[in-house]
Amino acid sequence: MSDIAPSADTLLMAKPAPRSRNMGQILRWLILFIGGIAMIMPIAYMISTSLKWPHEVYNVNLIPEEPTIENYTYVLEDGRFYWWFVNSIIIATVTTICNLLFDSLVGYTLCKFRFPGRTIVFIAILSTLMIPTEMLVIPWYLMSQSFGWLDSYWGIMFPGLMTAFGTFLMKQFFESVPDDFIEAARIDGLNELQIWWTVAMPLVKPALAALAIFVFLGNWTAFLWPLIVTNSVDMYTIPVGLSGFGDEADVAWELIMTGAAISTIPTLVVFLIFQRFIIRGVVMAGLKG
Amino acid sequence: MYRNLTIRQKQIVWAWAFLAIPVLFYTVIRFYPTGNAILISFQNWNLLGDRTWAGMENYQKLWNDPVFWKVFKNTFIYLLLGTPISLVLSFVIAYHLDKLRFMHGFLRMLYFLPFMTSAVAMAWVWRWFYQDVPIGLFNNILAGFGIPQIAFLQSTTNALPAVLAPAVWAGLGFQVIIFMAGLRAIPTSYYEAAKIDGVGWFTVLTQITIPLLRPTIVFIVVFSSIGFLRIFDHVFNMTTNNPGGPLNATKPLVLMIYDTAFNGFDMGYAAAQTVVLFTILLIVSLIQLRLLRST
Repeated sequence: MSDIAPSADTLLMAKPAPRSRNMGQILRWLILFIGGIAMIMPIAYMISTSLKWPHEVYNVNLIPEEPTIENYTYVLEDGRFYWWFVNSIIIATVTTICNLLFDSLVGYTLCKFRFPGRTIVFIAILSTLMIPTEMLVIPWYLMSQSFGWLDSYWGIMFPGLMTAFGTFLMKQFFESVPDDFIEAARIDGLNELQIWWTVAMPLVKPALAALAIFVFLGNWTAFLWPLIVTNSVDMYTIPVGLSGFGDEADVAWELIMTGAAISTIPTLVVFLIFQRFIIRGVVMAGLKG
Repeated sequence: MYRNLTIRQKQIVWAWAFLAIPVLFYTVIRFYPTGNAILISFQNWNLLGDRTWAGMENYQKLWNDPVFWKVFKNTFIYLLLGTPISLVLSFVIAYHLDKLRFMHGFLRMLYFLPFMTSAVAMAWVWRWFYQDVPIGLFNNILAGFGIPQIAFLQSTTNALPAVLAPAVWAGLGFQVIIFMAGLRAIPTSYYEAAKIDGVGWFTVLTQITIPLLRPTIVFIVVFSSIGFLRIFDHVFNMTTNNPGGPLNATKPLVLMIYDTAFNGFDMGYAAAQTVVLFTILLIVSLIQLRLLRST
């Protein structure tokens, strides 16, 4: 992205404060503040409604008169959300670990090794960025059907175990690891696997964290493929389960909002804790990936 | 035997050892299915019976299918409404947010928070907002002011923008962050020079800021275009009682693919639709490369 490529660090550096706080600045702040509050209203209403008694649900007030966790107790005692939550955690975690390992290994190899076939492998992997998931779901479904992968964790996970995006991102970041470090490790007698794991990997931790956030969030919210590959209620992930739950004939809106809150709150909490860090990761991944 | 190899040969062995599983993965899980999808698009197959060769039949059927043209139009309306709206909104927000210091991080967090939500969960929240009185929030608020009701998801004209709104809302935070990174990367010396010359803010915006942001703008346009062309989660969840309805008014291409393949089990026809989607995305990506290269 040419010479003015934005960097993640400049974003977080404080700019010198403007000399005068005039009316214009105050007005600008107020409008942006109101806009920002409007942005989080859907989330606020979702959480507020999940804490309301049925008789109060259709009131437009944001703060529940008598907050209750009755809806959460009801939804969790039903048992299904509990399983969907567990399924989503397992699937997102395993997929994230796989991506971290394989994407960085491939990115490292393509960045630091010179071998015949390197360019072809790189271009081949990069070209898969052009192939939309939607085109692959039919063949994946047929494949899963013939190998008996339908309705299993493996069936949900296998398409996302490695991504071209992650590989490309990691390759970019391994460029910043000096070749001298690798040479020195070689002279010390480490084998290539040890060099990758003990020398190169610790140096790209920020990139690994950025990738982990993207992959985890992507798999936590993934909908189309899990919807296709799962049949039994026990195997649903949270988005698939929530979609079916909302569609049941006589489900009350406060219960749907509770389900939606259960699927959203974990990522929101993680974001609020690691806010600065996640925003930097998003910028890094967005611009380098 | 390994001991006798030169350093260079050892490197080649290691490289291919590292790449063995990934190369297998990309071949079996990415390239083979791509070829397979194209192959199936020339066949007739309902999953149970035999696969029979159909030639161009599926594509001809697609060309003559009024539902496909409706869906094709919808997909491009999502793109042509969603991309400019989210581009302008996110730029305006980022431009002004960049000039503020007081509680800057807090404001940025407010705008970014929706990006961390799940599309399915938020589709249900918005679906609730859109319900009629006495259920839906929007119509309850309108009723409070004595304004007549608006039919959101039941109306053939309002349904598509109503479905698009949460998709734009959820993606805005990401674009704001990317724009702010782009704005911060513009050297302040340009602005200082403009200040010395006494140039007005509008000229600074159109002559300095926007031209220098071009790579960022191209990136955001392409990123969001691809997202809107592939819209599915929001539409499916806001119209589960009649997916893509009313009267296909909200149905995008991906939903048609899903329906044809997994409700109609017409695999050949669905595969032909995926090839069309692939072609559209490819053309959009190529236009992107063109634009990037000319900068």
